[in-house]
Amino acid sequence: MSSQNSLSDQNLSLDETAKNMTSEAKIITRNLDFFYGDFQALKNINTQIDAHTVTALIGPSGCGKSTYLRVLNRMNDLIEGAKVKGEVLIDGQNIYDKKLDINELRKNVGMVFQKPTPFPKSIFENVAYGLRVNGMTENIKERVEKSLQQAALWNEVKDHLKKSALGLSGGQQQRLCIARTIAIQPDIILMDEPTSALDPISASQIEDLIMELKERFTIIIVTHNMQQARRVSDKTAFFYLGDLEEYDETPKIFESPASEKTQNYIRGKFG
Amino acid sequence: MMTRKKIFEKIIEAVIYASGTATTIVVLLIVFFLFREGLGLFRQAPMQKTYTVAVHPQNPVRQLSIDQLKAIFSKKEKNWKTFGGKDQSIETFSSEDIEKHLKGQDLGEAFSKLKGLVTTYAQNKENLVVVMPKKFMPNKFVPIPTEHMSIGAFFGGKEWRPTSEPIHSFGVLPIIAGTLLVCFGALLFAIPTAIIAAIYLVEIANKKVRNIINPFIELLAGIPSVIYGFFGLVVIVPFIQKTFALDMGETALAGSIILGIISLPTIITISEDAIRSVPRELKEASFALGANHLQTIFKVIVPYALSGIVSAAILGVGRTVGETMAVLMVTGNAAQMPSSFLDSVRVITSTVAAELGETAQGGIHYRALFMLACVLFILTFWFNLLAEWIVAKKTQK
Ligand SMILES: Nc1ncnc2c1ncn2[C@@H]1O[C@H](COP(=O)(O)OP(=O)(O)O)[C@@H](O)[C@H]1O
Ligand SMILES: [Mg+2]
Repeated sequence: MSSQNSLSDQNLSLDETAKNMTSEAKIITRNLDFFYGDFQALKNINTQIDAHTVTALIGPSGCGKSTYLRVLNRMNDLIEGAKVKGEVLIDGQNIYDKKLDINELRKNVGMVFQKPTPFPKSIFENVAYGLRVNGMTENIKERVEKSLQQAALWNEVKDHLKKSALGLSGGQQQRLCIARTIAIQPDIILMDEPTSALDPISASQIEDLIMELKERFTIIIVTHNMQQARRVSDKTAFFYLGDLEEYDETPKIFESPASEKTQNYIRGKFG
Repeated sequence: MMTRKKIFEKIIEAVIYASGTATTIVVLLIVFFLFREGLGLFRQAPMQKTYTVAVHPQNPVRQLSIDQLKAIFSKKEKNWKTFGGKDQSIETFSSEDIEKHLKGQDLGEAFSKLKGLVTTYAQNKENLVVVMPKKFMPNKFVPIPTEHMSIGAFFGGKEWRPTSEPIHSFGVLPIIAGTLLVCFGALLFAIPTAIIAAIYLVEIANKKVRNIINPFIELLAGIPSVIYGFFGLVVIVPFIQKTFALDMGETALAGSIILGIISLPTIITISEDAIRSVPRELKEASFALGANHLQTIFKVIVPYALSGIVSAAILGVGRTVGETMAVLMVTGNAAQMPSSFLDSVRVITSTVAAELGETAQGGIHYRALFMLACVLFILTFWFNLLAEWIVAKKTQK
């Protein structure tokens, strides 16, 4: 109990330092290099992502988009031989600091995967999972309901919350995963191609959802769908072979990109 | 034109096909033989083949069931009135009683004088019932037709006394109950142990530790079960006896532990696979929600892998109980209905293994043991179905 309190105290002070920093920057990466063993997957990435914006990550397969995303919640820590160099600041705090509580970080930086990943539990328990493991068990029913509502899933599942989540459709499962993520009230939500495994209707439902969630969260989304990037994002980052080739306001990237590579990629994708 | 290589391939194909067919036929033949021998049990009376039952001609009783005969010869029923006869006490004479009734008399070479002596003895005893080989039956005694061993008496009988005379008891209920109890206990012991071991090996131990432990587990799988039996006898049995202050440590509990230990290597190996097959994304999703490693293990990994582990355990234990002699060494082998894990029990395999050597081929006891083997076969088959059902139920969800 006491450790939990001290953790949240720490968070408070973190929030304050963030506010004092005058800048709106939620996430900053400085000279970020990333290695899988000897292979360098990210090269000197410098980004600043502001709070309550949607950032789209685009680029050909294997260019490092997922790697970048997974640097931000330290999911790459699970991979043997993975190594990070440079600085990654969230709210001004270096998340690769040795003293940082990694579970606390991940609670603050939610993640939605490409394939829906419901746990083999009931719909209710899927959403409650993050709450339970983080000790947020007060008003659990209300929290679950609210999250499902925010994820635009409540009306479809409210009558069978006890049924297995594995029985839901792909689109419903993905919205369930979003509900599960927002239930623990993170600041940041990372989405790795969240609609690429879904049919167009489910995909557009998720897109609408992203636009709504922007009010309350900072969202970073990897997508191969250029229309989607254009519709939902404020800023777009184009990765190419581990480099951040171009990073700018979304309209700028799509209408007058500075880099020829960006232009070719976007044109190829639209063409 | 066929090249040489093609011909060679054709031959290999034919050999594989033939051996597959042959194996299938052999398996079917084994099952057929097993059941043919076993089912013969129900075409005989549960007594020695040449024996008959007979009563004095003045005794009006002409019918006695197997159960009634058992009651008579175990002296539980003492009056003919119970069976519709006269109000007189019952006297019995089976081959066991020759010593008692014909004490000190010369039976002659190859019992040549026996029939005469028995006749003299029985002549005026109206209340006498005799069970004996036909050729020694006293003159004028009226044979009573004997029923065949019934299926109900086999599966429902609570007594296994295959050598009791003159009527044998082949009730397998205590043996089946003992087998199931030992298996159930083994599962209770093996499943959590296997889960913990497999989790340790897959999720916690580093490569170095794993490389030391894995060959060790394989080694355990290769140890003959008799050696486990010794271990059980020397370590587990005395331990149980002391811990529970029993007269005798040979109990179902000891059998369960030994059976569990013997099947552990297999169960652990399969459990490891089950845990490895948990999708990486699912684990990552748990971590991404702020769960720590232990929470992820017990709330996501184990529930996901559990059905695989349980079915592995059922298969492992089901197989092992049918194969191993170690259980015979530590359970005390009393063929009685167990009421707890601290009772001595006897399992099917032990019964067949211990008794088959003493039976005459084709005799009733021999057939009863074959029938017991059929029961084991069905039980194992059922274990397999159960294991498959558990897996199927999960994938269906
Ligand atoms: N676990 C890993 N081990 C080694 N190399 C990896 C691993 N994951 C990704 N990579 C490599 O890193 C590069 C970037 O991968 P990724 O970030 O997944 O690309 P993207 O998401 O843009 O398609 C690719 O060349 C990929 O092969
Ligand atoms: Mg990717």
